[in-house]
Amino acid sequence: MPRLLTKTRFITIAASVALVFALLDPLMGSADSKIRIMTATTDLASLAQEIGGDKVDVESVARGYQDPHFVDPKPSFLLKLSKAELLIVVGLELEIGWLPPLITQSSNPRIQVGAPGYFDASRFARILELPTGQVTRAEGDVHPLGNPHYWLDPDNALRIAKGIQNKISEMRPNDAAYFAERYDAFAQRLKQSDQQWQAQMKPYAGRKVVTYHRSWPNFAEHFGLNVVGYVEPRPGIPPSPQHTVELIGQMKRDAVKVIMVEPYFDLKTPNSIARDTGAVVVVLMPSVGGEKEITDYFKLFDYDIAKLKKALDETH
Amino acid sequence: MKRFAALSALLLFYSFAHAQDAPAVVVKRDVSPANTEDARMKILEEQVRTLAGEVAILRSELAELRETKSPERSSGPQVLLASARPEPGVLSPSSQPAAAQVVQTQTFGGASGNAKLLNPDISLIGDFIGTAGRNNVSPSPSLEMHESEVGLQAIIDPYARADAFVSFGETGVNVEEAYVTFTSLPAGLLLKVGKKRADFGKVNTIHNHALPFIDRPLVTNNLVGGEDGIDDAGFFLSRFLPAPKNWFLEGSAEVLRGDSAEVFQASRRQDVSVVGHLRAYRDLTESTNLDFGLSYARGHNNNGSNFLTNLYSGDATLRWKPLRRAIYNSFLFRTELVWSARDQFSAALPSLLQTEHAFGMYSSAEYRVNRRWTVGGRFDRSGHATDARLTDSGVSGILTYWPSEFSQIRGQYRFGHLATTPTDFSNANEFLFQFLFVMGAHGAHPF
Repeated sequence: MPRLLTKTRFITIAASVALVFALLDPLMGSADSKIRIMTATTDLASLAQEIGGDKVDVESVARGYQDPHFVDPKPSFLLKLSKAELLIVVGLELEIGWLPPLITQSSNPRIQVGAPGYFDASRFARILELPTGQVTRAEGDVHPLGNPHYWLDPDNALRIAKGIQNKISEMRPNDAAYFAERYDAFAQRLKQSDQQWQAQMKPYAGRKVVTYHRSWPNFAEHFGLNVVGYVEPRPGIPPSPQHTVELIGQMKRDAVKVIMVEPYFDLKTPNSIARDTGAVVVVLMPSVGGEKEITDYFKLFDYDIAKLKKALDETH
Repeated sequence: MKRFAALSALLLFYSFAHAQDAPAVVVKRDVSPANTEDARMKILEEQVRTLAGEVAILRSELAELRETKSPERSSGPQVLLASARPEPGVLSPSSQPAAAQVVQTQTFGGASGNAKLLNPDISLIGDFIGTAGRNNVSPSPSLEMHESEVGLQAIIDPYARADAFVSFGETGVNVEEAYVTFTSLPAGLLLKVGKKRADFGKVNTIHNHALPFIDRPLVTNNLVGGEDGIDDAGFFLSRFLPAPKNWFLEGSAEVLRGDSAEVFQASRRQDVSVVGHLRAYRDLTESTNLDFGLSYARGHNNNGSNFLTNLYSGDATLRWKPLRRAIYNSFLFRTELVWSARDQFSAALPSLLQTEHAFGMYSSAEYRVNRRWTVGGRFDRSGHATDARLTDSGVSGILTYWPSEFSQIRGQYRFGHLATTPTDFSNANEFLFQFLFVMGAHGAHPF
């Protein structure tokens, strides 16, 4: 027999479940003195750590050896995001494939887009490759707001760090002096290191290189490298035989001897191009944590510049 | 029913009260003490005079502004701003958020960007399907523009965002989903209101174009309402639940009108359906994870208000995706089990009232071979909700090619052993192919 009753009972149960959810104590947002910061990438985490010191807890969603365009929005990130007071993102649609659902589902009002705890680092950085004219995907997975790989420029790091300092000082006015001190120390160290890096790279000014993806415009500009081609025919499009042949021709003509590759791309095509052109493939880390020893923003440049120098020397 | 209505009203009110702390608009009434018309006229005259004065002032200001703006326009300030090197601390939105906003739009947007600023993200996904081969039980057309799904997504205000997906198919237009999500509720609650695919298992929540196969599994068609599945108007409430370390638990409670394709039908207003879902997730390593779900759905079926359909489901997913090689290799195994208990007149003895118990399941696996190719397979088995003596089974193999992230081409071979009577079967051998293309806004990848 069809059961007649129980409509009300079932609905009451469903509603009570809802009510239980509502009443389950809102443990989140306790007045912990450390600022809980989540960042989209490890580089931003490193900058936040530099400024925040021991007054912040920082964690990145993406790992340093991961392609930041393609990150799985795993529920395990949701828990962390739900407790974050500040979310620092790269912006310029780099994370568009994975971050929006994480933000929405985190059900954390503090880090929703536009809320005080949503910090878009690109607003402070100098952005290159702003498309002019019409933008279509005939050019691949273009970023209409400019190239989002802007963090590989110490000047941008300084600007972002200043922005982070202002933001976290606003959140913890009592610690503002501490953050200001840390920013000053960081700025001084970074300027010193940058002078050394610049000095190391100076002999190679104007050298032509090829990169896999367009991840290096800010880096190349800062250190005077000349990026003349890409292994990808268009951003986000895997290498095609025709483009590879063209690239080999171009590299031979222009005597390009170095191919810079991000750690998350396949080395097959770069290696075969290198064989045909006598070039060297060098795997550079675009982010902190790409290798175990790259533990902060300074070591990132130490690592990349050492590797790049070696490659440039070998092929001189 | 009343209790529920009162409760949900209370809950909603509570949410809104928290969400909208904007000052209430106070209607000011100029209560004039004079009752005579003369006094009223005088007040009006005065008001007109002051207004005229204000208009004159505004006009002169506007003219001034125009004069100062016009030479600047020709010099193209956008380009200058874009390549200008801001010194650290020049942009400090913390002190002057409004100013920083303006700087940002000028730097990154340009004219066309500005024009679109407040438009929602718009996308269209085209889904073209072709079928060849033999299927006498549920034949599909040789070629069809299966659907063109328009997506509109935007942030509504500081408290909510909204998503709408309207699908234009062969038979008409269907609002597949349109809902607002309140993201700023207290107590970690997430509330969605509108029409949405219910959180019943996994495949029910996935849009057609995001499916790992061209078709939906037999169990969806036989027990959970077919292609549209449980997709209904209502309230969708969810929250993370306290969980043991390294586990993620989420509970959802949903109250829907009670009309979902062939599975639920509301004959009266009280015939709402409910869906409950519990999700447990755990990272095994950084590249491997496990995802479990338990679901329950209850609603009235097409026999009338006194006839209930209860659905129970369990799902499990194992994912592997090494982070360093994420764009080249990944693997996913998924299985879903569904039990249906449907009140109806017996299929064998039509005069007898009974609850028909049917079971269905599928298991599928996908492996990404390289950046452009994915292979997959699926095993299907499912009884019919209305007649459990009829059991269909099938196997499928699929090959997907991705020219880019924004298009895909697929071929699927499908074999079906489909029941026509309790003792007779009809074999279906089909080849399906599909072209999918994405225009417009870059949507998030489903997980």
